Amino acid sequence: MEELIEKLKVQIIEQLNLEDMEPEDIDADESLFGEGLGLDSIDALELIVLLEKEYGIKIKNPKDGQKIFFSIRTMAEFIQDNQK
Amino acid sequence: MNKLFVKKYCHIRNNSIYVDGELLYSDKEAEGLRSFEKSVYRHLKPSYNKFFKMDEISKLGFLAAEVLLSDIDTSSYNEEDISIILSNSHSTLVTDQNHQLTVDDYDNFFPSPSVFVYTLPNIMIGEISIRHKFRGENTFFIVENFNAELITNHINSLFLTRKSKAFLGGWVNQSEDDYEAFLYWVSGEGDFKHNATEINRLYKLIS
Repeated sequence: MEELIEKLKVQIIEQLNLEDMEPEDIDADESLFGEGLGLDSIDALELIVLLEKEYGIKIKNPKDGQKIFFSIRTMAEFIQDNQK
Repeated sequence: MNKLFVKKYCHIRNNSIYVDGELLYSDKEAEGLRSFEKSVYRHLKPSYNKFFKMDEISKLGFLAAEVLLSDIDTSSYNEEDISIILSNSHSTLVTDQNHQLTVDDYDNFFPSPSVFVYTLPNIMIGEISIRHKFRGENTFFIVENFNAELITNHINSLFLTRKSKAFLGGWVNQSEDDYEAFLYWVSGEGDFKHNATEINRLYKLIS
């Protein structure tokens, strides 16, 4: 799990162009949106693309997005549970 | 009728930034526009994280506006009284091509939302407007070459019909192998007359 979390941090920094940020700057339990990393709606779409492109996982129910993308850890748990 | 003047102007080309014809910053080591823009951002330190999410042409317009407006008191105008009139010849062609690359391959079809949102040149106007809180009229012309007369006429029209009191005008272009920004601030004060002949002269000062 920790290995996947570290990998996700690197992928998110690259995919979302968070150029001033290093993986160690991101707390795995910090909220990705709002007061945490401060991501926006376009970033949310990029995270959906990242899941599909890098892990082959499609989110079937858009309502699940809020829970899945709450933090890096919730994303990692979702990937672990759904990767074939 | 009150008259309009050009108060300040800025050129960005060949990895150099000029303000009122004087060299402000240069980084000849930077390879390509993306690298130069990063260098300028580090130099100006605007502390604006959204910068890194922009496409290259929006970054170019954003940085030119940062330099141009650095010592202009835009807060002395109502937000609705400041308009932006920009132009170029290549629209967002480079970004359009980047987006196309993400949808070319049927077996690797992953269109990027963050690239797609920049496939319109007026998004650059939006980025500048958000940054500087301009809420007046905005227009982006696609023309073959910089056309001072077109922009001057449009600005005069907005001014005469009392839609705006101050203006950001200019040209921000990016092609596959070149880029150029020329922005100028038009208001009721300044050292340069606001007419096409004078603006063409200022545009051609740095070549």
